[in-house]
Amino acid sequence: MSQLTTFSVDSSLFGIDITRVQEIIRPQEMTPVPLARGDIEGLINLRGQIVTAMDLRRRLGLPERPQEMSPMNVVVRSDHGLLSLLVDDIGDVLEVDGVAFAGPPETLRGEIRDLVARTYMLESELLIELDLDRVVNPSTQAGQKTP
Amino acid sequence: MNEETRLRSSDILESADERNEFIQDFLVESYESLDRLDHDLLALEGDPESAEAIAGIFRTVHTIKGACGFLAFTKLERLTHAAESLLGLIRDGLLVATHERMSVLLETGDAIREKLAVIEGTGDEGSETYSSLVDRLKALQADSADETAAHTFASPDSESGLASSGDPDHENRSAAADSTIRVDVQVLDGLMTLVGELVLARNQIVDRAAVQHDASLKTAAQRLNLLTSELQERVMKTRLQPIGSVWSRLPRLVRDLALAEGKRVRMVIEGEETELDRSIIEAIRDPLAHLVRNAVDHGVETPGERAGSGKAQEATLTLRAFHEGGQVNIEVADDGRGIETAKVRDLAVSRGLITPEQAIDMSERDLHLMIFTPGFSTADVVTNVSGRGVGTDVVRSNIERVGGSIDVQSRMGEGTTFRIKIPLTLAIIPALVVTSGNQRYAVPQVNLLELVRTGDEESGRGIERVYDAPVYRLRDRLLPLVDLGAELGEKPSLPSGRGSDAPATIVVLRADEQQFGLVVDGVNDSAEIVVKPLEHYLKGIDAFAGATILGDGRVALILDVVGLASKAMDAPGDDQRHLSSLGEDVAEPVTGGAGSLLVFTNAGSDRMAVRLDLIERLEVFAVEYLEHSGSGDVVQYRGEILPLVRIEELLGGPEAMFGPGAGPLAGIVGDGAQVLVHRAGSNRLLGVIVDDIVDVVDAPSSLQPAGRPGVAGTAVLDGRVTEVLDLDELSAGHRDAAFSLVGAPA
Repeated sequence: MSQLTTFSVDSSLFGIDITRVQEIIRPQEMTPVPLARGDIEGLINLRGQIVTAMDLRRRLGLPERPQEMSPMNVVVRSDHGLLSLLVDDIGDVLEVDGVAFAGPPETLRGEIRDLVARTYMLESELLIELDLDRVVNPSTQAGQKTP
Repeated sequence: MNEETRLRSSDILESADERNEFIQDFLVESYESLDRLDHDLLALEGDPESAEAIAGIFRTVHTIKGACGFLAFTKLERLTHAAESLLGLIRDGLLVATHERMSVLLETGDAIREKLAVIEGTGDEGSETYSSLVDRLKALQADSADETAAHTFASPDSESGLASSGDPDHENRSAAADSTIRVDVQVLDGLMTLVGELVLARNQIVDRAAVQHDASLKTAAQRLNLLTSELQERVMKTRLQPIGSVWSRLPRLVRDLALAEGKRVRMVIEGEETELDRSIIEAIRDPLAHLVRNAVDHGVETPGERAGSGKAQEATLTLRAFHEGGQVNIEVADDGRGIETAKVRDLAVSRGLITPEQAIDMSERDLHLMIFTPGFSTADVVTNVSGRGVGTDVVRSNIERVGGSIDVQSRMGEGTTFRIKIPLTLAIIPALVVTSGNQRYAVPQVNLLELVRTGDEESGRGIERVYDAPVYRLRDRLLPLVDLGAELGEKPSLPSGRGSDAPATIVVLRADEQQFGLVVDGVNDSAEIVVKPLEHYLKGIDAFAGATILGDGRVALILDVVGLASKAMDAPGDDQRHLSSLGEDVAEPVTGGAGSLLVFTNAGSDRMAVRLDLIERLEVFAVEYLEHSGSGDVVQYRGEILPLVRIEELLGGPEAMFGPGAGPLAGIVGDGAQVLVHRAGSNRLLGVIVDDIVDVVDAPSSLQPAGRPGVAGTAVLDGRVTEVLDLDELSAGHRDAAFSLVGAPA
């Protein structure tokens, strides 16, 4: 039984293994961290625990979120503790057992390609499953904020 | 009490469960008493007259004996009874508290501990009778002739004698013991989780209340908000323990070691109330013991050796703990022989850890740090005491495992100091909250010296600039300034441009040995904040030392004062934080010569100065006498051709001197040029044009180092920030540039 928590980022549907997701919460009060990696949006207070928030749009190299859109938080467990991924909208939990899939689409280029585990072909759209371990372990200094 | 009247636990306790519960209580209390026992025995050894110590020891042993009787632990009862008899004689002044007696009593304490462990494990006291120990305790109750000397006690009056042999429940406990209660750790952790859930519910209520138009609901939600934060913080505080609990066994360890090696060591302990999170306390227990063992074993010399080097025969071993900037600092210092660098070098080479060539290049400090290398031990013979194969490298890895660091500073013949720094995962430190760019940041109060507001009528002066670097004159000190907004890559807090009288807020901070001023937009309240370590993704940023949650539930970053200082100033990076640089001024003062400085103005308000002895004469030349020739402007002077140059041309380099647009004549205002005639070589003169001569003053004894070539340093002269130029360097540069551009001078 494999279930994915799904969410949309820049009109594409993404998913991650549900067992890695601790919770999903609404837009949170964010404390920005100057001088941090560009894709680190800031820090949030999660019931007394300080959790880093990473903007998935930036992490995946997608265009900036429009100002009026407030991101949802998908809080995941990683080796380094909790991490909150900022996404546009939350989708349903989807069962992917038996759904046809392929590798990352040929048209996908750039850093995002390494972060895609597989692409599920749903009836009405494609569901891109992210390799969560790669997402939470950025190896390069990519995504720097330009001053 | 005789056998018949003694109550047995089986008469009183109803069930096995009740008995177990009683045993649990007994164990917990007894372990605690035994720690006190060690402490009291050592105190008694140090001061055989101490009635307080002997009373405490007697009470402890008596209490344990009583419980043993109740629980039918006959072997343990026999042991404690023998100890109690011996103690009674000492207490009544009939026997002296000799080393031998103290040693046996300390051994008895250990034996009791062993027994308690057996009881803890099996519920029963086991088979060990400690008969030889009991015999020794009895033997020592006999008085030997040479003992009944000076040290006797005033026998306690019958009142207290009665009390101490009475019912344990009515014991006279110290006030401190009464004001605390024991709580199971699991209960505390459970509380923390509950509070966490409460915070979640609080968040939801606060969110919903915010969009309601019900004012009283909003007020209630706000109160709930604050109360929950406060509750959360206090529950987290319960996990903190004073470091004294780790240190409690160390004095005994030192005593036994010193005795075994024929050395005399006195322990000084400071800061035992410094608090750390439970988990860290466990992690540093062994490393600390090892460092202490090492100090006594290798560091401290025998009394004979010490006397020979003019030291006091008794060595001092200091344990210090204190909070600084969100970290716990622990120092283990001895005044022994210090790390023998030659020995270290030789050993390292013979072990193949370094080559002989490398060994020559290594500084003393490098060699000191070698002791942290795996496989390194200065003990030629591994002594029983220090143990086998457990090196200082293991100490370091244990400390680094909890995110800490360890450093060593040593001087041969004087002693060695180990300093451990551990970031606190949970530590509450007082901090000042400041604002920059609409965000709040916390500054640890321990680094805070004062707050200054510039630009008011009272303070009178504003921020000045030396070249481009902002500084502030604080009571005759030049305080380098760091613009927090600029450092964070955001909007600068300081207006740009040279000098400013606009109001600014400066937080004067101290980082290690350096002082500097942090310019911020504003200052909020002081707060006690819980320090949380920086998240993995943010670890590399040196501006921040951690993060915290402020009273209103929002996250704020904690500034790393040392990181800010080294980033912003032209100071060497990491080295500056090493212990070896403490005691050396990081800002190496440049010694000015004795003598005088000639102060002048240039380009309006900038003040500069040069050594008076480098100036031959001060001249004023009327504009019409200035001529242009070949490479530059000149004037005829006493039969020679005197080349002229302006200050900024000298400072600016060849392009400024000889490029297009250069030429001193361009800038001359008024009738004449003020020229400092400088003899640059045996037959070379240079005329330096300045705006106005101000004064001749005494040279200061030291200058603050400057950031650019040609400037020897800066100082406050005549009440103004002044750049002191190195005229020799500048004129040499001028000559070289002239050569390179136009060939040999005519």
